[in-house]
Amino acid sequence: MSTDLNAPPALAATSKWIEERTGASAAVKEFGRKIFPAHWSFMLGEVALYSFIVLVLSGTFLTLWFHPAMGETHYEGPWTPLKGVEVSEAYASTLYISFEVRGGLFLRQIHHWAALLFMAALSIHALRIFFTGAYRKPREVNWIVGVGLVAMGMAAGFTGYSLPDDLLSGNGLRIIDGLLKSIPLIGTYLSFFLFGGEFPGTDIVSRLYSVHIMIVPALLIALIGVHLMFVVIHKHTQWPGAGHTEKNVVGEPVLPTFAAKGGGFFFMIFGLLSAMAGLFTINPIWNYGPYDPSPVSAGTQPDWYIGWMDGFLRLLPGWMEFYVFGYPISLNIFPALLAAAVLFGGMVVWPFIEAWISGDRREHHILDRPRNAPTRTALGVAVIIWYCAMWAAASGDLIAVFFHMSLNDMIYVFRTLFFVGPVIGYIVTKRICIGLQRKDREIALHGFESGEIIRLPHGEYQERHKPLDEHERWRLTAFQTPSYVPAQPDARGKVSGAEKARAALSKFFYEDRVEPVTKAELDEAHAAHAVEGHGSTGELEH
Amino acid sequence: MALLVLLLMGLMLTGGAYALFTTSSTAKAEEYSASDIDGGKKLFVSNCATCHGAGAQGTPNGPSLIGVGASAVDFQVGTGRMPLQASGPQAPVKKAQFSDDQIKQLSAYVASLGPGPSIPDSEYLDASKGDAAAGGGLFRTNCAMCHNVVGAGGALTRGKYAPNLQQVSEKHLYEAMQTGPQNMPIFNDANLTPEQKRDVISYVRTVSETPSPGGFKLGALGPVAEGLFVWFFGLAAVIGITVWLTARSK
Repeated sequence: MSTDLNAPPALAATSKWIEERTGASAAVKEFGRKIFPAHWSFMLGEVALYSFIVLVLSGTFLTLWFHPAMGETHYEGPWTPLKGVEVSEAYASTLYISFEVRGGLFLRQIHHWAALLFMAALSIHALRIFFTGAYRKPREVNWIVGVGLVAMGMAAGFTGYSLPDDLLSGNGLRIIDGLLKSIPLIGTYLSFFLFGGEFPGTDIVSRLYSVHIMIVPALLIALIGVHLMFVVIHKHTQWPGAGHTEKNVVGEPVLPTFAAKGGGFFFMIFGLLSAMAGLFTINPIWNYGPYDPSPVSAGTQPDWYIGWMDGFLRLLPGWMEFYVFGYPISLNIFPALLAAAVLFGGMVVWPFIEAWISGDRREHHILDRPRNAPTRTALGVAVIIWYCAMWAAASGDLIAVFFHMSLNDMIYVFRTLFFVGPVIGYIVTKRICIGLQRKDREIALHGFESGEIIRLPHGEYQERHKPLDEHERWRLTAFQTPSYVPAQPDARGKVSGAEKARAALSKFFYEDRVEPVTKAELDEAHAAHAVEGHGSTGELEH
Repeated sequence: MALLVLLLMGLMLTGGAYALFTTSSTAKAEEYSASDIDGGKKLFVSNCATCHGAGAQGTPNGPSLIGVGASAVDFQVGTGRMPLQASGPQAPVKKAQFSDDQIKQLSAYVASLGPGPSIPDSEYLDASKGDAAAGGGLFRTNCAMCHNVVGAGGALTRGKYAPNLQQVSEKHLYEAMQTGPQNMPIFNDANLTPEQKRDVISYVRTVSETPSPGGFKLGALGPVAEGLFVWFFGLAAVIGITVWLTARSK
């Protein structure tokens, strides 16, 4: 950094001292000049990052008092409904943090709310990336890192949720135990390995604690580091707009504008989480009581980001268990693991599958408006509906009570939604996208309908169309979309099976594509309007 | 036929005697007067007999009430569940349709038909005398799977449900345990002693009346309410902030 001649001597001397020892100016120059385009949807990932910082800070505080041990003790604290009850040390210390450590309950609640917000922010950030096509070349690897972050976030959440050894989280662990045991052949061994013997044992809390405070956070921090490094390397994507090209980024530099805004944004998120933690109860473990394998409470659900897997379990019919040589194979439970594998596996391979189908190997730094990629958008909506059907099914019992429905009927409703919802969502979304594209095309070529009817000298009535301004027209016309590419023969002149499959998918994806407006069409439309409009302020239909 | 009648009588006698000797809160000499019983009978014939039969012996539309005891009547009529508003999976709570005196008369009449649980002594209804912590253990083991750990309620099969207990009076809580209304199992005195029932009542009162240490309870419904809150309040606020932060630069 060139030393500012007007800087106070002390500042100049300090920066010189630092520069001579660290060479930091190169990094400051690189990061300080990184450009961030301004759009609200580009700030969602930051919310996850800031929630994570709050998680690390509050979590560190909690470790100072939490005892990750399952030794039995009797609760002697101030919460009367548990006085004298036999509890584990982990549960007793969580109650101690909640009721006796100054600010402890607030920190517990901010930690939990931040975890829920972290996962929510990750999710909508991932959706934003998906629906704008920001995962395309060169960002595929960073997309996979992001998928890893979601998986690690779920792992962090689940291991943390289970630590207080309360009744609710114990029921959750029981489901994990069941899931592990349902894996054919090795299931029982895996469960005994995890729990150190028969469930629940006396080891699980300390094991989860190591995972929760060391292994998973280390992986999260590493993945976040890689994720942000890629953001710098790839530069930020931007929306289509006048002056936005594949080779530039239009926005604000990190220093000073974006850094100042980002700093303020962090404190807003921190403030929001503080308000939530101060005002709203979360995970009142004093209500749930200590874990005991026999009781299960009505309305037992996992935290929201695990809910979809719980819902999937609730939707599975109960007859898919059979015996092979006397050994039970329980497909009543096991498919929940497959559903997770399908969702995460699908997310990992998606960028490569789409590139293979479209044959598009170019770099993309300009985002797609979701309507301009109708099949992708429709598939995304279908997956959201699929996910939400499972998600809602996890709270089917509460929905049944609140809406005076039968619990049994709710299961049938969600099973139907699970299969039919995505198909309807796909069709409706695709039609809406194509409709919007046609509307865009119409507006780009002929302008807005003004509602003013005028009579021409020869008696004809026409509606005056208001032209678009140049910036707006750019937004509607400056994009490219892939088109259907039929199967191509390879070098030996043969059409392989894979190529045929690609062509079939390409047809499915792009056959009803709406052509972007070409320059020739635009010129032609303008010429026609100019002749008939006779220089009036608006443009007329031809 | 004679054999059947003899058998029934024998069963009723032994059952009744068993109940008499084992159940402390059952069928003490009832303090109902003959006029109570008479008044109750009139009320019964005009309001209940359509389904329960003229002599409370039961019909295809309603169970026999012989031997259900005063406690069951006091609970069902006192919480407004009976008379039944409409057929359905379960009788909902509504405004009580009879005055306290009329409920007493109805109870007297039904109690006069056969021995059954009587209205609990006030000694067992004083939550302050119970041990909430012991009650909590009993509640988690016996009640929470349907009523939720703090009695917030929950779903049962085919439209039935376990109601929220937080506003239910001590007497009705006791009577429900004692008589097992609707789909609830009966917790007789061999199962949960009157003192244990009082502990359970004490637990329900304590968790319903203690202010939540963590702030607003969000319905005490656990992770579903928390998840909805983080999406519809937390994330909505976040998006509001992001829109606000980027509004200027356009």
